[in-house]
Amino acid sequence: MIKKPEQGMTIIVKTITRYTVVLILLFGIYFIMNGHLVHGGGFAGGIIVALSYMHVMLAFGKEVAMKRITDKTIQFLVGLGSLSFLILGILGMTKGYFMYNFFRTPGVDYIGKPFSLFSSGIMPLMNLAICLAVASGFFSVFLALIFYRLSEDKK
Amino acid sequence: MLPLFIIIPLAGAFIISVTGKYSRKVSYTITWLVTFVLMVLSLKLLIKGGFTSYNIGGWAPPLGINLVADGLSILILVIINTIVFVAANYSIGYIGKYTSKWTYFALYLVMLASMNAAVLTGDLFNLLIWIEVGGVASYALVAFGTRAEELEASFKYAVLNTVGLLFILMGVCLLYAYTSTLNMADMAQILAQKPDNKLISFVIVLFLIGAGMKSAIVPFHAWLPDAHSSAPSPISALLSGVLVKSLGIYTLLRVMFNVFGITLLISKTFLIMGTASIILGGILAVYQNDIKRMLAYSTISQIGYIFFALGLGTPLGYFAALFHLVNHAYAKALMFMTAGAVVNAADDIRDIREMGGFGKKMPVTSITSIIGSMSISGIPPFGGFWSKLLIIVAAIQAGQYMGAFIAVIISIITLSYYLKLQKHVFFGELKSKWAGIKEAPVSMCVSMIVLAAVCIGLGLLYVPALKAIVLDPAVNVLINGSSYADAVMK
Amino acid sequence: MIEYILTFILFTLGLYAILIKRNLIKIIIGLSIMEYSMNVFLILVGYKNGATIPVFTSLTEPRPDAMVDPVVQAMILTLVVMSLAVTFLLITIAMRIYDKYGTYDIRELNKLKG
Repeated sequence: MIKKPEQGMTIIVKTITRYTVVLILLFGIYFIMNGHLVHGGGFAGGIIVALSYMHVMLAFGKEVAMKRITDKTIQFLVGLGSLSFLILGILGMTKGYFMYNFFRTPGVDYIGKPFSLFSSGIMPLMNLAICLAVASGFFSVFLALIFYRLSEDKK
Repeated sequence: MLPLFIIIPLAGAFIISVTGKYSRKVSYTITWLVTFVLMVLSLKLLIKGGFTSYNIGGWAPPLGINLVADGLSILILVIINTIVFVAANYSIGYIGKYTSKWTYFALYLVMLASMNAAVLTGDLFNLLIWIEVGGVASYALVAFGTRAEELEASFKYAVLNTVGLLFILMGVCLLYAYTSTLNMADMAQILAQKPDNKLISFVIVLFLIGAGMKSAIVPFHAWLPDAHSSAPSPISALLSGVLVKSLGIYTLLRVMFNVFGITLLISKTFLIMGTASIILGGILAVYQNDIKRMLAYSTISQIGYIFFALGLGTPLGYFAALFHLVNHAYAKALMFMTAGAVVNAADDIRDIREMGGFGKKMPVTSITSIIGSMSISGIPPFGGFWSKLLIIVAAIQAGQYMGAFIAVIISIITLSYYLKLQKHVFFGELKSKWAGIKEAPVSMCVSMIVLAAVCIGLGLLYVPALKAIVLDPAVNVLINGSSYADAVMK
Repeated sequence: MIEYILTFILFTLGLYAILIKRNLIKIIIGLSIMEYSMNVFLILVGYKNGATIPVFTSLTEPRPDAMVDPVVQAMILTLVVMSLAVTFLLITIAMRIYDKYGTYDIRELNKLKG
């Protein structure tokens, strides 16, 4: 995709983007996975993941970016993310309460261990669901703002 | 059972947003089923009655978020879910002329979820968030037709309501800093122990601005005529009939009566604002020629009646206010639906001077519209008559002779502008350009007939047996303001 | 004390922009300034002198007294999401208004009267 000079920005921007976009994506994933231990979480991580996609789109032009992910997929992911969050809440109802932490053993106040990645019940799963909804939602709003064209006479 | 009122509509909205693009029938079916199930659940809750509390996630009230259903919540919940079901039924016939219908239904269900949640929640910050969620859904729905007027109305509505909400937010922040809790019942108990000071008065003013903006009492009414007249008609019915009452009036009642405790100063403010709304809304409505705009100004006037009765401060006044709230919700929803049927049939022309003689061609719309008009303007057999009579009697008992006089005069003016509407739209000669006009589709007619039947039956709410089930628990919540906190925190 | 006064000045500045400015985009910016000032105010409410981030580093010696209030931070996160949604919606509406009217000037938006 770097070979097409007619699309997107200059070759300098494209080269830098190729190296940095993976780092941005990884940073977002780090935020999501550690959201229950330190500051971070699904919303902030989701925004960073969406930013990495926007980065690709701005540097390489929208044809290249839209080849990977179409807007229909994005809209499907928005619904899927919010639906999976709700389903996690409903699963808690099997143990008694809506949004109940169903990994929790009765009688124990806490189940987490500080700085241990897999020790937090449903929090990481909820962070993943939020990330899916926020990242795709933020990106779809960005797409909507880009694709909206003014009608011809007002340009 | 309480979280179902939030889970079911949200699940419906998300499923529609995933599948709606591929099948239109699916979104119709889901919306109809969801609203029907919720209506049945809310009626079941009404018959069961009593006080229920539910801790989300198993966390007890002062720390966690809880859902509370007491008399007032259940009354508003029943109004919301019945009207939303009827309006959903109406939407299926009405929505045909718009594109991307699944967006409409998804937003519709999100709005329903937010109204249910705002009425049920026992947490102040959670209440604020649900008000805003319902607000965002309704801003988008007002602008749904994306014509120039709709966009303009939606922008005005969104900016004014967001500013109002930020005032509420400032109030919530100050209250959190003062009491270190967000739970409304806990906050009420802490505030009762602390000495009275200036901060609480300031917070009350902030809440009056914010929730007053949502409920469109007179200094804050500027957005209502634009937003309610420009929106698609089922949405106008929801905005006027339900949203203003659940997000605006309910919030104000809950916070003023159950958290701060009602004082003479708040009562007086309600009285003055209510009287101003009655006069301004009533008089401005007479001069309108746009059918939906006239109904929107009428909403301001009738909400003024509700606040006037609340400001009287007597048990009879509270009863009359809630009775009028119920009557107005159903009657105004019916009026907006008939207006929508007329406008839909008349090729989006809303000026009543260009219409005439529709009564012969559209018998169902005509008859239901007459029933709705008579109920709002207070003609004896209908519910609206009894509630207005009670408001006037309560005003005389409380010694507000001037207010009672204004209520009577504006009631006559209300009758006059509804007669103007009937005369111009349904009576008179049929103009030649309306020769091909047709009755509304079946689903719209059924909805209007159902609401008209409810409007006739609402007068029965004054019968003691029904009154004890429906209205008395809600009035008791307002009379014993501290009982809410005691019941939640026990 | 001065920080609280400054946040209130920021709040009123946003309100001033909404009331006085005629450009739709400037009105949206005013709304964002108001939301931002409330976020700062919430942070100040939860602030404690010399306190650290609200993360438990050990369960044997938890020290909740040396942490800032985490509730306000959760509230801010929620508010940021809400203000993001409102801002997006208002910007799309403003773009479409520009499409219909050909201007961002609020005085030209006069199709609704009465």
